[in-house]
This record gives sequence, structure tokens and C-alpha cells, in this order.
Amino acid sequence: MLPALLLTVVVIAFPLGYTLYQSFTNWVITSPNPPKFIGLTNYLELLRDQRALQSLLRTVLITIFSVSFQMVLGVAMAMVMNRHFFGRGLFRTLALFPVVATPVAISLIFVTMMNPQTGVLNHLLSGVGVGPLQWIYSEKSVLPSLILVDTWQWTPFVMLIALAGLATLPNEPYEAAKIDGATPWQTFWAITLPMLMPSLFVALLFRAIDTLKLFDTIYAMTQGGPGTASETINLYLYTLSFNYFRMGYASSMVIALLVLVLGITLLLIRARRFAEERA
Amino acid sequence: MTVTRPSPMAQVSPAPGAHKRNHLLREHLLPLLVSSFFIIPIVFVFYWMISMSFQTQVEISANPPTFWSAHPTTEWYSQLMRRMPFLHYAWNSLVVGVSATGIGLAIGLPAAYAIARWRLGGLGTLFLLTRITPAISFLIPWYIIAKRLDLGDSLLIITLLHITITLPLIIWIMIGFFEALPGDLEQAATVDGCTPWQSFLLVAVPLVKPGIVAAAILAFIQSWNNFLFAAVLGGPGSQTLPVTVYGMLSFEQANWGPLAAAATLVCLPVIIGTIFFQRQLVEGLTAGALKG
Repeated sequence: MLPALLLTVVVIAFPLGYTLYQSFTNWVITSPNPPKFIGLTNYLELLRDQRALQSLLRTVLITIFSVSFQMVLGVAMAMVMNRHFFGRGLFRTLALFPVVATPVAISLIFVTMMNPQTGVLNHLLSGVGVGPLQWIYSEKSVLPSLILVDTWQWTPFVMLIALAGLATLPNEPYEAAKIDGATPWQTFWAITLPMLMPSLFVALLFRAIDTLKLFDTIYAMTQGGPGTASETINLYLYTLSFNYFRMGYASSMVIALLVLVLGITLLLIRARRFAEERA
Repeated sequence: MTVTRPSPMAQVSPAPGAHKRNHLLREHLLPLLVSSFFIIPIVFVFYWMISMSFQTQVEISANPPTFWSAHPTTEWYSQLMRRMPFLHYAWNSLVVGVSATGIGLAIGLPAAYAIARWRLGGLGTLFLLTRITPAISFLIPWYIIAKRLDLGDSLLIITLLHITITLPLIIWIMIGFFEALPGDLEQAATVDGCTPWQSFLLVAVPLVKPGIVAAAILAFIQSWNNFLFAAVLGGPGSQTLPVTVYGMLSFEQANWGPLAAAATLVCLPVIIGTIFFQRQLVEGLTAGALKG
């Protein structure tokens, strides 16, 4: 067992340790000069980097909206898919497809659908008198368009977790609610949602983390454009590393990002424990 | 002798009939309609992808767009096969996915077992960390190693990178399954003279087979779908399918036919797999969610 354990730690910890080390150097991979140890210089530059700050804001914005939509829609979807209606099995299978489909492929299909001139989305919208929209081709609508694609792809994941949570709920509270004459709406808010919270918390955590890391979809659809209107932290990291080859500086950004996200995650977990203990 | 028989036709039947109709409406039709609101957008995107892949160039660029091809063609599919070693790229994806999953299982299963049995909870934070870490930070060190060792354009380095995806995922899922095993079984095995490895291989592994299947399927899908690693480190010989699909748009701006055909082909195996292994897939996706 021990060798396997060690190997795992190496596979995971080695890149992290290496990144941490690089973050203190001025390494540019194309430069003929060997990397020099420059202490905290990268981190100081990071604090003044407007492009990094803006891409961080965009990342947070996308995450907040995407995850909110996914949580609300995913729970609604789970509530209806939990009923034993005719065709449910087929619908549950179909709902899995976005979760397993290759993000790059789906994203590019969305690009064709979002074409302002010949795309099907504008065609459908014109049917109800809306549009034409510019979708990913305008600075104003590019972030909402990306949020739409992410929500399309990952709402079923929230549904799955919520469904799994629903399956474990006990029957008694519902019987009691029925006797008390509670409406379905009241039952949902007073019984289902509170009991579902632990599962939903995990779904929220997973989705938030994965959306913060979202790369493939944005890179395939906009490459951060138009201009830098959809450049998130991960897109900026990619540009820094593989277009400018500033590995040292990019590494400092990875570390700063990790500390930030890990901090927020641990805070969330702590808050959840606190809420559970109080309840 | 006039027995007033309640006529079954007149009295009993209308009530249950209406009741039955109401029941059908409330229990089946209503949920079906409401869930269609979610399912139609999901299905539409896949329908659009597949339908576009069989349309002629004129239909694809038509305005208003074509919903149903009048002259379906397989031109784009044969073009894919003719103009590039598409099957070779598919083979690359398969080799990388299978090896990364296999190696991930070989290392991940004993590691997960050790973590679950010896209660190494602190390592849980490490796995949380891998989930949070942007993929690029795994890429940078391996990129440098690949350049130094001249390993560019090889399936080996791409497989190694994909292990950084499959391994944490497998461990994450398997810890829960190993923890759920009753400890007595292995104790009995130890009493009977089994070494820890023997009780792992002969007692624990056979019992968590469903979990292993779930973890393997999920790991393979993650590897199959991954774009970034092969995009940066792959070359003409080691290109994987997501990179191929991405290449479709950049070299022929308005030519969506080959793009739709390639997108359909890359999604097809995972979609078919989903249909056959739905239960295991859902188990894998929701593992960890219920155990916290």
C-alpha cells in the first residue's frame, strides 16, 4: 500500500511544489538567461496587474451566475424528475448526456448556433420577436453567452446529486405534513429543501470549484475575446504560460489563486459545520 | 321484489373514470410537460449537432437555418476520413484514456484502500487541493520535463498528464467504497494469515467491484474529453480527438459540416457508454456527495 500512497502524493504534490518554487523565480522559458531567484517580486507585480484583477472579477462573475442558475434549475429539475411519470427513465438518460459530452465539441456547436447571421438561436428568438443578439461576438453579451453554455452543460449534474439526495429522505415528515394539510409548496420549503441541504452543499462546492477552473469551453468559444472581454483567470494563465512563456509569473498567479480558492472552500466547509452544530 | 340494484354503469364508472383521467393528468402528463421544459433544450443541441453533420453545404449556410435535411449526405464524414488520419487520432484518444485509467486504478485502488483503512483523513485535503488546482499548474512542470527530455509529440507524456486527472478522481470515489466495507472481513482474513496485500486483493477488491467500474468509467470519460493537455503537448502524431475537433473551426471558418461530423464522432462513444453504464455512471458522479 505504501508505495502506491507515496506515488500518489508525488503525482499530486510534485507539480504543486514545483509551481511554488517557480513562483519565486523570474523564469521565462524562451529567455537564454537561467532563471533567477527574485523573492516576492512576482507576487508584488500580481497585486498591481490590472489584467489579472479584471480576469479574476470575470471569473467570479461567471461562477456566481452559472452556479446560481445551475442550483435553482437543477433542484427544480430533480423535483419533477423524482416523480414516477411515464417516460422518466428515458428522460433521466437523456439528462446525463450533457454531463458526459466532450466540452470542446459542445462549445463549438454552440458557436455555430450563436452565429448572429445564420445561427439557429437568433432564428428561434426572432420567432418570439427578440434579437438579433450578438452572443459571443459582443463584449456585452459574451459573458452571459458563456454562462448559458455552462448552465446547459452542468445543470443535470446538480439534478443528479439532488436526485440522489431525494432518494435518501425519510417518509415520516411527509406523512406528517400531509396530515397537517400542508401545500406541496410549503412541504418543499419546510421539509424537502432543508433536508436536501447537505447534498446541495456538495453540489454547490463541486460546481463552484469546477466553474472557477472553467477553461475548455471559454478557450474553444472565444479564446478570451472579443478583446479580453471574456478572459478569465485560467485563460490569462494560459496566455502568460504558453504565449508569453512567463512561467515564473504564471506560477505565482497559480499559487495566489490556490490560496484564495482553498481559503474560500475551507471557510464554506467551516460555515457548514457551524450551521450543522447549531441546528 | 324490486331490488334496487345500483347500476354499475350509471354510478360507479363515471367517478373512477374521471378520477383516472385526473390521475393520469396529474401523475404523468404534468410532470412530463414540466420536465420537457428541461429536456428539450438538452436534446435540441445534440439533435442540431447530428442533423448539421448530415446536411449539404447549402443547407448548413442557409438562412433561415435548416432543421431537417432534404438531401442528407455523408460527405463530411468521408471527408474527415480522407483528409486526415482521423481514426489514428481516435486510436490515440483511446490508448491515452485506457492507459491513464488503468494506471490510475493500479495506483489509486491501493492508495484509496490505505487511506480508508488507516484513516488518513488529512490526505482528503490534498485531494480537495487537486480538484481546486487549475490544470495549467499540472501542465507547466510536465511541459518543461517534456521539453528537456525531448518527449514532445508522444502519447507517453499525454498519458502521464492524464493520470493527474484520473488518479485523484479514482481515489476520491474509491475511498467511500472502501470505507463502507465492514472491517471484520479483513480482520478475519488477517487471522487466517493473509498479508495486507492479500486481504486487499482477495477480500476488499472483489467486494467493491461496482465502485471500481463506476470510477473507471468516469475516469475514462474525463480523459477522453480533456482538451488542454493534448492541445499544448500533443503534436501531429499524438493528437487526440478533442484537439482534432477544435482544429475544425480554426482552419475552415464557415465550414461547419466537418466540425459537426467530428463533434458527433467524439461524443458518440461516451453517449453510447452512458446508455449502457448509466447506473454505474450516476453512482460515480454522485459518490462523495452523499458521504460528504
